[in-house]
Amino acid sequence: MQAFAELLDRLSTAPGRNVRLDLIAAYLKSTPDPDRGYALASLAGDLKLRAARPSMIRELVADRTDPELFRLSYDYVGDLAETVSLLWPQDRSANATPHLSEIIGTLEAAKRGQVPDLVAGWLDRLDPTGRWALLKLLTGGLRVGVSGRLARTALTRLGDADLPAIEEVWHAVEPPYTALFDWLEGRAERPSLAEAMTFRPLMLAHPLEAEEQSRLDMADFRAEWKWDGIRVQLVLRGGQGRLFSRTGDDISAAFPDLMQTLAGDAVLDGELLVMRSDGIGSFNDLQQRLNRKTVSAKQQAAHPVGIRLYDILFDADRDCRALPFIDRRQVLTDWVARHASPRLDLSPLVPAVDWEQLAKVRADPPHPAIEGVMLKRADSPYHAGRPRGLWFKWKREPHRVDCVMMYAQRGHGRRSSLYSDFTFGAWRGDELVPVGKAYFGFTDAELKELDRFVRGNIVDRYGPVRAVEQSLVLEIAFDGVNRSRRHKSGVAMRFPRIARIRWDKPAAEADHVETIERLIT
Amino acid sequence: MAEGKRLSWLEPRPGGLYCIPGDFYVDPVRKAERAIITHGHADHARPGNNHVLATHETIAIAEARYGSNAGRSFQRVRYGEVTRIGDVSVRLVSAGHVLGSAQVVLEHGGERIVVSGDYKRSRDPTCAPFEVVTCDAFITEATFGLPVFRHPSASAEVGRLLASVAAAPERCHLVGVYALGKAQRVIALLREAGYDDTIYLHGALQKLCALYQRLGVDLGDLAPVAGLPKQALTGRIVMCPPSSLADRWSQQMPDPVTAVASGWMRIRARARQRGAELPLIISDHADWDELTATIRDVEAGEIWVTHGREDALVHYARSLGLEARALSLVGREEDGDTETEMEEAGS
Ligand SMILES: [Zn+2]
Ligand SMILES: [Zn+2]
Repeated sequence: MQAFAELLDRLSTAPGRNVRLDLIAAYLKSTPDPDRGYALASLAGDLKLRAARPSMIRELVADRTDPELFRLSYDYVGDLAETVSLLWPQDRSANATPHLSEIIGTLEAAKRGQVPDLVAGWLDRLDPTGRWALLKLLTGGLRVGVSGRLARTALTRLGDADLPAIEEVWHAVEPPYTALFDWLEGRAERPSLAEAMTFRPLMLAHPLEAEEQSRLDMADFRAEWKWDGIRVQLVLRGGQGRLFSRTGDDISAAFPDLMQTLAGDAVLDGELLVMRSDGIGSFNDLQQRLNRKTVSAKQQAAHPVGIRLYDILFDADRDCRALPFIDRRQVLTDWVARHASPRLDLSPLVPAVDWEQLAKVRADPPHPAIEGVMLKRADSPYHAGRPRGLWFKWKREPHRVDCVMMYAQRGHGRRSSLYSDFTFGAWRGDELVPVGKAYFGFTDAELKELDRFVRGNIVDRYGPVRAVEQSLVLEIAFDGVNRSRRHKSGVAMRFPRIARIRWDKPAAEADHVETIERLIT
Repeated sequence: MAEGKRLSWLEPRPGGLYCIPGDFYVDPVRKAERAIITHGHADHARPGNNHVLATHETIAIAEARYGSNAGRSFQRVRYGEVTRIGDVSVRLVSAGHVLGSAQVVLEHGGERIVVSGDYKRSRDPTCAPFEVVTCDAFITEATFGLPVFRHPSASAEVGRLLASVAAAPERCHLVGVYALGKAQRVIALLREAGYDDTIYLHGALQKLCALYQRLGVDLGDLAPVAGLPKQALTGRIVMCPPSSLADRWSQQMPDPVTAVASGWMRIRARARQRGAELPLIISDHADWDELTATIRDVEAGEIWVTHGREDALVHYARSLGLEARALSLVGREEDGDTETEMEEAGS
């Protein structure tokens, strides 16, 4: 655990990608199995650990510290894991620090009621850095500037395998990845993918930038609708099927209605949508089926889901990924014809003559579940990751409304000393009601100005939250609106970000909730 | 809470902490006729006072910084030496903060007040250790007056620096340190750890390092950075003021690992703000454990807290049944602004 803690500590202040890679690679080379595998999983965000709730951590520390001193400290530090790691009374007689694998194994085997005592025991045995790392691990979200891709890139330093080769097997192996390390370090063959119904890394698109558009020749591309559902990968084999989210999580269990109807042998790429006999449902419809572990018969009947397919990676054992897009499209069309199902259909091509014509259909699509168009090079192979110049997404212009800043909170990580998370509201009668939260969209310079505004306009405090004078108008851009029972306003924006700070605009002239409600599709 | 009666002869005024029966200020913030200076940091020793009483070293530091503006006349005292000023007996004892730093022990009418200035209790090879003086009222700093501040051993932190130097021999290690106290302590600790190579200095650090050496503190082989080709610094340790870490000057370093030596480095967000790739938690101010131990050790009935995060320390002292209050001193109050805190870390 100590080596892992030191790695996280160094990563938390490492200045750039290369320094981070060096640190991770050095750790992986010098740490034995299985600890390094668990560390890798946690860096890559693939460690499924029973999370500890912050409230549990707070109770543990409350038993050991003066509440007033805790309050002052937490207020100053702003991060629970860091505050607790520093405040925790050091047990100077403790010697053996726990191994990462010991912690993970013990947690897996433990009963729920045993967790607090276990955590306290480990905190006693660790130093402040070790405690911080453990608490970050347990509360989820390391936030040390490492993506799954960067963690896997570090693996290329262990042997001859390149990143695409590692990405390919990544979803066929599990923490602590002993088989993967054995292969990378030349002790064993590559882990087998043939029989496993594994997720294959997706090909992703870049947003289409205006200046890039002028350089692209429409004749090289094919256009499709960009559906407002969720991207999925469907793996079918030997009468069985598995459905994966875009990050490779198996979400099959939430969609029995879909999975039971499928047959064939293929790996397919498409959009999960609500599909009724009379057409496609909105994202708001689909929302009723998302983030559920189980699903009732009633929900299945009311919101039946299906997949609109747009690519094929494998047709039975044939790897189609090296084929050009138009050839894959033909393979996919034939496959769909052979496997007719009310739950699967083919995403149609959109005729694209020139930019002007395409811009017109993009601005006025035939269905509300369309959020723009996709442009894919006719000759593009299916290349995992986000390769340049092959696929583009060209979304409809975002919606924009003017809202008023109501609350602010300090951010995390690099931003933990700045107020960078903002709750904003819109008018309902003569009262502002919160309609959303945004923590990006602004430049560093704007963030400093926002932070200064918050510091100078605090009117109330609730724990870490600061209520501010309701005077600053923020222009919020967002991609859509859903109904929400969890929000007092009854609406939830999708992907809200601060488009502009309207220092010039009086709060009274901000928008009303009704304006936002009208955008619900 | 009730005003302590001892405030009747020592009180905070706009010009600083003023002793009525002696008619002098301790660490005045405005030009004073008669001043006692605890130590050479700029927020304590200011130019332009008329008569100055301080340790030799503190006066030497003030002269190095301010030249003829350091004061019109000086009374140089040794630790423990007793001086009478008016109806007050004055004695300076070691504070363990930087070379020459002192606590001011004031006695009047059978009462004793200790103005500790800045202090620390942990080991520092470049200055005399803190001396406990029991008293009726103790004025303590609270720069790191929160229980999250528990400084690790400075030698261990210097060990981390040396481990990083060994692990990245193709890079240069650029260490941000304050010119007075921190620079010399880090150098001395490097020497203790067996690092014998030349240590390279930014111009702003040279004068005080030379003064320390003249006053008998051995810092080994030092050389200026100025005029050296970039490659000459590969694998070397270079020291500079924290403010130079991000400016154009630092671009002449070959692929530097940026280290910052400060008690604030305990908090990761601070380390990131400072751009410290290698934060070193080394402080010349007492941490929470040292502050609370000192409050117990001096056995004073009254604790006045100044200079930092007073709330938590006042709360702690009251929980011991002591009378405690925050004492606001102009010029040394911190409002939580990061830059001020960082500058203060050197004070
Ligand atoms: Zn000082
Ligand atoms: Zn000071």
